[in-house]
Amino acid sequence: MADNHAVKNVLELKNIEKEYFGNKVLKGINLTVKAGEIHALVGENGAGKSTLMNIIFGMPVIQNTGGYAGEILLDGKKVDIKSPNDAIDFGIGMVHQEFMLLPGFTITENIKLNREILKDNPISKIFGPSLKSLDIETMRKDSQKALKELGMTVDDWLPIAGLPVGYMQFVEIAREIDKQNMKLLVFDEPTAVLAESEADKLLEAMRKLAAKGISILFITHRLDEVIAVADSITVLRDGEQVGAMTKEDVSVEKIAQLMVGRKVDRIEKVTKSDAKDDKDIVMSVRNLTVHMPGEKVKNLNLDIKRGEILGIGGLAGQGKIGIANGIMGLHRATGEVLKNNQPIELNNPRKSIENKLAFVSEDRRGIGLLLDTSIELNIAITSMQIQDGFLKPLLGIKALKMMDDKKIREHANKFIKDLDIRCTGPTQYTRRLSGGNQQKVCIARALTLDPDILFVSEPTRGIDIGAKKLVLDLLVKLNVEHGMTIVMTSSELGELRSICDRIALIYEGELQGILGPQDSDVDFGLMMAGEFKAHSKEVV
Amino acid sequence: MSNLWKKTIERFGYPKVYCSIFLVLLLATAIILKQSIPPLLSAALIRIGQGSVLVLALVPSIISGTGPNFALSIGMICGALAGCISIEMDMIGMPAFAFAVAVSIPISIICGLLYSILQNRVKGDEMTVGTYMGYSIVSLMCIGWLVIPFKNPEMVWAIGGKGLRTTITLAGRYDKILDTLGGFQMFGQVIPVGTFLFFGACCFLMWLFLKSKTGAAMVAAGDNPRFAAASGIDVNRQRTIGTVLSMVLGGIGILVYAQSFGFFQLYTAPLQMPFLAISAILIGGATIKKASISNVISGVVIFQALLAISLPVINGLMPVGNLSEVIRIIVQNGVILYALTKVGGNE
Repeated sequence: MADNHAVKNVLELKNIEKEYFGNKVLKGINLTVKAGEIHALVGENGAGKSTLMNIIFGMPVIQNTGGYAGEILLDGKKVDIKSPNDAIDFGIGMVHQEFMLLPGFTITENIKLNREILKDNPISKIFGPSLKSLDIETMRKDSQKALKELGMTVDDWLPIAGLPVGYMQFVEIAREIDKQNMKLLVFDEPTAVLAESEADKLLEAMRKLAAKGISILFITHRLDEVIAVADSITVLRDGEQVGAMTKEDVSVEKIAQLMVGRKVDRIEKVTKSDAKDDKDIVMSVRNLTVHMPGEKVKNLNLDIKRGEILGIGGLAGQGKIGIANGIMGLHRATGEVLKNNQPIELNNPRKSIENKLAFVSEDRRGIGLLLDTSIELNIAITSMQIQDGFLKPLLGIKALKMMDDKKIREHANKFIKDLDIRCTGPTQYTRRLSGGNQQKVCIARALTLDPDILFVSEPTRGIDIGAKKLVLDLLVKLNVEHGMTIVMTSSELGELRSICDRIALIYEGELQGILGPQDSDVDFGLMMAGEFKAHSKEVV
Repeated sequence: MSNLWKKTIERFGYPKVYCSIFLVLLLATAIILKQSIPPLLSAALIRIGQGSVLVLALVPSIISGTGPNFALSIGMICGALAGCISIEMDMIGMPAFAFAVAVSIPISIICGLLYSILQNRVKGDEMTVGTYMGYSIVSLMCIGWLVIPFKNPEMVWAIGGKGLRTTITLAGRYDKILDTLGGFQMFGQVIPVGTFLFFGACCFLMWLFLKSKTGAAMVAAGDNPRFAAASGIDVNRQRTIGTVLSMVLGGIGILVYAQSFGFFQLYTAPLQMPFLAISAILIGGATIKKASISNVISGVVIFQALLAISLPVINGLMPVGNLSEVIRIIVQNGVILYALTKVGGNE
C-alpha cells in the first residue's frame, strides 16, 4: 500500500489514453509524482506533453473532444477533473507559458485576484457582505511571503506592466503557491522566455518549493535543466511513454536518444548514375540574420549542394522556419545569399523569384493561397506577374497584357492530373479544398515557376497521412527525375530523415550541425536540444 | 418548397431574394391600387441608369482590397468640378458632356493618388477612415465652391455674383443627353438606352481590365496581401490603382447621374451618395472583399427599382400630406442599413 512507503504519491496517472478525431495522441501513459518531487516530462513538439497537461488541468478542450480514457489518482484517490476549477480545488496549480496576468494591476492584486481577503466596514455591516472592503494590508503581507519563498525581493505594489518577463513568471508562480492547499504545480516550458540567469533563479525556486513538499511536474525540452533539477524523468514520443528514469541513471545522451527514437522509414532514392559532385554548391548563405517573429535566425552560414534534398530541422521557435522566409524576402533579413556565386538581393520577393527560387510556405492559408480565387489562377499568377507567362496581347498591342485563359486552363488541368488534385474543376475556389489538395496547389504554383531551387516549409503540416506520403513522394520524384534542388524545412524529424540527403539542425537561430539521415538518434537529439557541442567528443 | 427556397437562397443570397420579393409585392400593390405601371417602370429604369456607373466605381476599390470606397464623394466632387468647368466654358450638348468626362479624369486621378497615400497608411481601417475623409472633403469643398472664381451667371448666385449655387441646372446644356440618346420610347415613356449603353461600355472596359495582368495582380493583392507580396506584387501599388480607378469612375458616374437628373448638386449633396452606391452593390451580393460586375448590375437594378417604385406605391396607400418624404427616408435608409448588415456576405 502507498502508506507503507516513506513518501506518498501525490499524483498517479494510470494508462491514460486520448484520441483526437480518431488520431491517438496519447497511448497508455503511466506516471507517478511523489510528494516533494520534481518530475520532468520531456519530448519533441507533438509528443503529447501538452495534451497530458490539459488532461491533468481539466481543460475544456479535452471534454469537448470526447474526454480521455484511464485513471487519475490524487493522494491515492481516484478523481475526475472536469474543469480547471476542479483542478484548483484539488490543489493543482499551473504556471502557463504565456503569462495569465493583468498588466494594469499590481503584483499583489494579481496574486490575490478573485481570492481577495476582505474585511468588514460600517457600510457592509448594514448592507451585507458584498460591500466588504479589501484588506490590503493582509493581502500584501501574504504576497510578500509568497514572493519571499521564491527568493524575490520586489515591491509587491508595482504594476505588472513594465516588469521584466522573468519577474512576471515569478509572480505567476507566487500566485499559485499562495493558494493554501497547493499540492502539485505544473510548469509548462517555464524557461522558454527567460534569460539564462533568470532561468537559473527559477530552477532554484523550484528546488525550494519541492523541499517544502510541493510536487512539481516540469515540462521542457531543455535537457540541461532536466539534469539539473529533476528527480525523475518521463520521456514521451508520439504519444507513447518511451522512457522513465530517475536522477541516478540519467544522462543527456540517453534522453536525447529516447526523445528522437528510431522511426526512420526511408524512401530510397535511385540516384542517377552521374553521381553528384560534392563540391558543386548551388547556393551559399553567409551571415544570414532574419527578423522573423518567433523564428529568428542569427548569423547563419549554410551551403546548399546542387541536386540534393537538404532538410532543415529543429524544435519549434528555434529559427528553422525563418531561413527560407528570409531567403525569399518575406521577412526582413541581413547577410549574404549567393546563388551560383551571384548575390541575390534580399528583402525583395520579386528578385528571389526572378533568380529561379520558389517557395512553398509553411503558412498555407496565410501566405500560400488566394483562398477566394480559382485553382487555375492560383497556379498561374506568380509566373504571370514575374515571368510574364500566360499572357497574350490585346488586339495585337504588346503593352496591353491580357491573361491567356486557354493556356491557364490547360496548364491547371495538366497539374490537376499530374498531382492528382481532388477538385470539382480548375475554377473551384481553393478555400473549399482539403489541406492536402491545397498543398498540391501550392506546389503546382511553385513548379510553374520552373525553379532551380525549391524551398518547401512544413509540407505535410495539417494534412492526412495518405496525402503526406504523396507529397513526400512527389518531392523525391522532382529531385530524382528533374534534378531539382530541394530545401525542405520540417518539424517532423522522421520525415526529414526519410527523404533528405543531409539534415541541418537549427537551435536558437544558429546552425548546430549537419547530419546524414542515418546518423544516430543521440546526435539528432543532442543537436535539437542545443547540447551537441557540449556533449560530443568530436566537435563538428 | 423549402428545398427550393434553400436553393434560391444559396444561389442568390438573402439580400437579393428579400429585396426582390419586396419589389414584387410593391408591383402587385401598384396593380391593385390601379396605378399606371409604365411610368413606374420608366422611372425605375431611369434611376437604374442614373446610379449605375457610381456602383461600378466600387468594384476596383473592393477588388484591390481597400473595401467599398466610402470616400467616393471625393470622386463625385471631381466630376462635378469638371462639369462646372464645361458650363463655365459655355459648352453645349454631347461635346460638353464628353469634355466634362475628359476633364474629370485627370482631376480624379490626382485626388485618387493623394487619397491612396492616406489609405496605404491606415490598412484595415479604410472604411471608417474613408467615410470621414469623404465627409471632410465635402465640407472643405463647401468653402471651395464659394471661392473658386467661376463667372458664368447660370451658375453663380444671382445676388452678389460670387460663389456657385447649390443646384445648377443642366437644362439647355446636356440635360438627359444620354437618357434620350436615340429617342427610344415605349408606351410613351422614355427608355434611357444611351445611359445603358454608356454603362455597358464602362462595364466592358472594367471586365477587360480585370482580365489583364494588372487586373490579376489586383485580385491577388485584394484576396491575400501577404500572398501577393510573396509573389512579388507591389500591394500598395495595386491598392493605389484600385483607388484611382474608383475615383475616376466616381467622377464619370456623377456626370452620368447629373445628365439624367438634370442638375449638378453641389455643397453637401455628395455627403450620403457613397452609401447609396455601396448599398446597391452589397444587395447585389458583393462583400467587402469580393465584387463582380454581375453584383453591380443586379444590385443597381434591385436597389434603384426598389427606391423608385416604393414611393408612389406607398404614397398611394397612405395619401397624407408630406408623408411621402418621411417614407422615402425610411425606405432608403432602411435598405442601406439592411445592406450594410450584409457586409460580410451571406454567411
